Amino acid sequence: MKAGVVVFPGSNCDRDLADSFQRFGASVQLIWHKESSLPSGLDIIGVPGGFSFGDYLRCGAIAANSPICRSLITFGESGGYILGICNGFQILTETGLLPGALIQNNGLKFLGKTVDLRVETTDSVFTYRYRKNQLIAVPIAHHEGNYTVAEDDLAVLRDQDRVAFSYSNNPNGSVDDIAGILSSNRRILGMMPHPERAVDALTGVPDCQPFFAGLVAGLLSD
Amino acid sequence: MKAQVIVRLKDGVLDPQGEAVNRALIGLGYDTISSVRQGKLIELELDETDPVQAETKLKNMCEKLLANTVIENYTIDIAK
Repeated sequence: MKAGVVVFPGSNCDRDLADSFQRFGASVQLIWHKESSLPSGLDIIGVPGGFSFGDYLRCGAIAANSPICRSLITFGESGGYILGICNGFQILTETGLLPGALIQNNGLKFLGKTVDLRVETTDSVFTYRYRKNQLIAVPIAHHEGNYTVAEDDLAVLRDQDRVAFSYSNNPNGSVDDIAGILSSNRRILGMMPHPERAVDALTGVPDCQPFFAGLVAGLLSD
Repeated sequence: MKAQVIVRLKDGVLDPQGEAVNRALIGLGYDTISSVRQGKLIELELDETDPVQAETKLKNMCEKLLANTVIENYTIDIAK
């Protein structure tokens, strides 16, 4: 299984994400944002957290218009798997690959802590190793994590079972407690919490080992 | 040619910054304020002489980058 991780100026979770793919058996290639084409044969592309381009203008807006993102959009639109975490989720909404937007936390503060997430659907390569409604502990670290989406788009997300994770105790004001959503083909996941920070008990919590183990195994057999 | 683009949050989109400014102003004694919404003003200089072309270009810039039309509206003002 071959994963690519896109690196923007200001990305700071790229290596953690690469490590998370690797420790469950994937080979990983880091991809600099100025590349205009993607390496061939990628099974999934990770868009990592951080502060791409200093969060100038809007979080993710400038990254979403960088050369690599034109290829990323084509990759996603042609059925490729994409995982966007935190700033990566913001970038995916800015590209239009996922609906909605991430605005400032309702409490105006940067939040850095571990929170409980509820697994809302097991129908995805990212979540099939959990039970529906299972609670998992995952760190959050964001200032603009307040998910907002037009009412009709929200209804579509609900109807199509595309909310992947929700907060059990909403920290940021996100509509319907949403922490992560899937694309309509269920192959693109955007989420504010950091699964790549939850793979080793030594550095916190191990609750996302099934996330990455399942992802690597699922894409190997895909 | 100079232009100004104003980007505003759409009605109904929560504006925590605006609310905090509102509370601070009330704290200063300006207790007749009922709402504060905060936006962005972007000033541009264009090498363009045709205002119609300039407007078209600015509209594209707003749609592609300057505004996120999921949550924001924009207005374009070209200095004559």
